[in-house]
Amino acid sequence: MPAAVEFRSVSRHFGAVKAVDSVDLTIAEGSFFAMLGPSGSGKTTCLRLISGFESPTAGEIRIFGEDSGAVPPNRRNVNTVFQDYALFPHMNVRDNVAYGLMVKGVGRAARHAKAEELLALVHLDGFGDRKPAQLSGGQRQRVALARALVNEPKVLLLDEPLGALDLKLREAMQDELKSLQQRLGITFVFVTHDQGEALSMADRVAVFAEGRVAQVGTPGEIYEQPANRFVADFVGSSNVLPPEQTQRFGGPARWASLRPEAIRLERGQGGTVRGRVTGLRYLGAATRVTLDCGGHELAAQIPAGIAVPAVGEEVGLGWQVQSLHLMEKA
Amino acid sequence: MMPAASQPAPAPGIAERLTALFWRRPGLLLALLLAPPLLWLGIVYVGSLIALLWQSFYSIDPFSGVVVREFTLKTYGELLLPQNYDIILRTVTMAAAVTLASAVLAFPIAFYAARFAKGRWKAVFYLGVMLPLWSSYLVKVYAWKLILAKEGIVTWAANGIGAGSVLDAILSIPVIGGNSLSTSFIGTFIVFVYVWLPYMILPMQASLERVPKSMLEASADLGAGGLRTLWSVTLPLALPGIIAGSIFTFSLTLGDYIIPQIIGNSANFIGMAVYSLQGTAGNIPLAAAFAVIPILIMLVYLAIARRLGAFDAL
Repeated sequence: MPAAVEFRSVSRHFGAVKAVDSVDLTIAEGSFFAMLGPSGSGKTTCLRLISGFESPTAGEIRIFGEDSGAVPPNRRNVNTVFQDYALFPHMNVRDNVAYGLMVKGVGRAARHAKAEELLALVHLDGFGDRKPAQLSGGQRQRVALARALVNEPKVLLLDEPLGALDLKLREAMQDELKSLQQRLGITFVFVTHDQGEALSMADRVAVFAEGRVAQVGTPGEIYEQPANRFVADFVGSSNVLPPEQTQRFGGPARWASLRPEAIRLERGQGGTVRGRVTGLRYLGAATRVTLDCGGHELAAQIPAGIAVPAVGEEVGLGWQVQSLHLMEKA
Repeated sequence: MMPAASQPAPAPGIAERLTALFWRRPGLLLALLLAPPLLWLGIVYVGSLIALLWQSFYSIDPFSGVVVREFTLKTYGELLLPQNYDIILRTVTMAAAVTLASAVLAFPIAFYAARFAKGRWKAVFYLGVMLPLWSSYLVKVYAWKLILAKEGIVTWAANGIGAGSVLDAILSIPVIGGNSLSTSFIGTFIVFVYVWLPYMILPMQASLERVPKSMLEASADLGAGGLRTLWSVTLPLALPGIIAGSIFTFSLTLGDYIIPQIIGNSANFIGMAVYSLQGTAGNIPLAAAFAVIPILIMLVYLAIARRLGAFDAL
């Protein structure tokens, strides 16, 4: 079975800027795939390469096994939920959702029936007559989702779809998107800069850095076994240890990562390594402690309920041996 | 030592007192700012419009030529006389044709400027559109008279490429044709379109620029081709600009009295009628009644535009 989307050493250069640089990716059919990275890392350009709004300068993109090089966006069986939703302000919600069917020449009654069906799917029954301007951000998001699903795409692309929503709504929409994807069984490709979002929703995550894919894997692999310094630091802000530090911390002379929440702080004289507290940041469910360990800065995370040392205090640091994850590359 | 607080505060200056007053009474500042323009608009502008309306309800004594200061609808009745009705019909037809042609010509230019022109080309666009507005209107019209004259460059060029017979065929069309381009309605039309085109391009370009790119992409993403996107997304979203531009071209053509006087076959337009009626003929009431016609037409036009939803996106 061919993959839903396949990148074969795809590059997209804008003059001297290498927005996407020889990327290889395979997105399996029916999966929930996240492209994660900081802004300017090439993840959105990759999404636009799939939708056809950008063309690769090198390499090829296969959608269900077919080279999409010469296929314009309006002929691809791929639909997009845009970051700003891009709802048509002069049409009501029903006509917005039915737009894809109108373009295909489906009759008014049939397309309106289908639009209502999709509005029910995203829990917006009865909103058909409203204009987009009369909806809240979360409702617009749902309309954009329904509109993108009306043509029954095999792949749905979502460009930072939750970025404009407030935290509570964002969490609700995360659950809803996930269950929607499972019910429809189609491939979702999702661009985000929010690592929590990517880890909690996706089956597989590709971490982008400077136009390249830094690592592809399940959320667990990405989080627990970062392949390199960038992934370790970007996903969950892990402590990155250069080889000499790893040795000092009881490992081989290799690059390693150590999760802040894996570090235990001990008052008194114990601990594998000693450190001095330089800063505290209260996060609610936990407190983030920055420590100076002989010139090397480390972060530890203490869950709420456990006593927090004071700034300037000397403490011992301890961790389970398996928490020290060795990385392939720097 | 005395505490500092007990020292008498220096008397506040007039500027400070004014600032405090305006801060306590924000309405006062607003009123002061708005009074001059409101007086201007209210008395000089609306006042003279009302005076004009008023005059149109007077009539002229046909024997003595003296204005009879009595309320009557007789003058409006005169507008329906064939010779006057023709003028109105001719002017409105010309204004509609000029507006339509301006819109068709302006759209590609405005679309290019809004979607594709960047940096230097954008500057070239603005310069190209605005430049004609910087030179005298009369000079431009007379220049066009020479260009369109029988001995002018258009006839010369048409003959040079062997298209002289085509030009003759166009000029032999009844009503809009004539002896030469500069003495036909076609010539009047061409010059009107030239002179008012910038007023169509600029608002159109502004409204096209406001259409987000993602909306055009969303349309393509949902399967629409270029024409479908143009028709269903771009044009409806650019409609306020198109209507704004058409208000300019339509009303400017309705009121103009110089172009049809210099270029064309001397047939009367509303503006020319007003000009001669209030001048040599001394028939102020009929001139006023004529002047009310464009106002009424524009009001109807705006009402239709509003009904079409042209101002929904404002």
